[in-house]
Amino acid sequence: MKRKFLALLIIFFSISSVSFSIEPDVFVQSTVNRASKLLGENISKDEKIEKLKLIAKETVDIRGIGFYTLGIKRKSLSGEEKKRYIKLFEKYFLKSFSSRLAEYTNPEIDVTNKEKLNDSYTIVNSVLKATKERPEINIDWRIYTKDPNNPLIRDLIIEGLSLARTQKEEFTSVLSSNENNIDALFEVLEDFSNN
Amino acid sequence: MIYSYFNLLNIVIYRIKMIKKILVILITTCTLTVNVYAGSDGELILKKNEPSEIKDCSETFNKASFALNQGLDKIIFKPVSSVYRVLPSPVKTGVSNSLNNLSNVVTIPNNILQGEFALAGVNTGRFIINSTIGILGLIDVATYLGFIEYVKEDYGQSLASHGVGPGCYLVLPVLGPSTARDTVASLTNFVGGDAWYNITVRNDTNYVKDGDYYASKVTAGVDFRAKNFDSIENLEKNSLDFYASVKSLYLQDRQQRILNSMKIIETQDDSDWEEIETQ
Repeated sequence: MKRKFLALLIIFFSISSVSFSIEPDVFVQSTVNRASKLLGENISKDEKIEKLKLIAKETVDIRGIGFYTLGIKRKSLSGEEKKRYIKLFEKYFLKSFSSRLAEYTNPEIDVTNKEKLNDSYTIVNSVLKATKERPEINIDWRIYTKDPNNPLIRDLIIEGLSLARTQKEEFTSVLSSNENNIDALFEVLEDFSNN
Repeated sequence: MIYSYFNLLNIVIYRIKMIKKILVILITTCTLTVNVYAGSDGELILKKNEPSEIKDCSETFNKASFALNQGLDKIIFKPVSSVYRVLPSPVKTGVSNSLNNLSNVVTIPNNILQGEFALAGVNTGRFIINSTIGILGLIDVATYLGFIEYVKEDYGQSLASHGVGPGCYLVLPVLGPSTARDTVASLTNFVGGDAWYNITVRNDTNYVKDGDYYASKVTAGVDFRAKNFDSIENLEKNSLDFYASVKSLYLQDRQQRILNSMKIIETQDDSDWEEIETQ
């Protein structure tokens, strides 16, 4: 009886782990559809920004991007500084990310392909359809798949240009023009988020 | 009769001078190629052109130049491109096609310099078809006929493909971001490497004049600004350091063009993402 029960438990958990695993391309398409639907809604820009922030919190690995963006400097931060940095980075990221997206009205994005790099990363390819104002744009998504049940976005690569890398070089520039002082970066992040 | 004879003689002497210059350029390029041949595999090119490895040696000059360009953008390019972008789509497409077609005269010799002979043939066919049936390049007939996607090439890319490193990052007044290698390489355009420059500014013919050359360059600038209007505005508004953002994006773009790939894993070192695992 015990054996049967154990076997049933194993089968149950293996089935449930398979059924909850989300394919990265499906994850991107559903995230894009959610954002697109929201951007097409007849609500104010501020409301859109607030709702976009909620979507970003669920689907983007903000902590991972934050540490990537900080580059080699993250290795020399104390525990307290890391905590403060992540708090400030999240505020900065959500503001920057949502206000960039809020400019688009009802964008149409189609997922076209995906390429698994390793167990941790898959690149999902998509196309933002052309409008009268701008041509078609290729957007690739770096999806962090370490936990296949909870894939997360780590980078947006627009026409081959990585936003995370650009952000990382921006942060490096801020640090190097302030004698590598982390407090200077904290101040710049705070100013950005409060303005 | 005597006048015609001297006229013909002048043309012949001028052509000989041109050929001599082209030979000098080719020899220089070949010398550079031989010098750097040992390191001309894809991996080394990727490493040499890695955006984060390119030094900003003249940061003070570059930042002053960047500020000047931002000023010019605000008073000239931004207002003009905001008008240009509301023109009917067929007009903008026609201008864009025509500028692309014209750039073939630099792309084709660079396809040859990079050893892409088949591609040089395709682009020559594209140029002939679009310049004739496509009414001076206004209509991209070649694409309708199934030609592969057009990719621009320049002398900086040719040098890079033979292993020449980028040198320092530069921001040129009016012209914008570049590198030491690309700036030096672009001089080739003015000594015979750009047929459009030769027939306009150097007066090889009476059909077009120098104004046409400069007008085409300004139009290309406006066309680029208009196509990226929202992205540039958005980037400026959401950047902590706009200068660093532009530098990073320019160098990433350049890396892609040199490696002829838009796949991020082929154009950038991916190892820094792996480090995040341990965080």
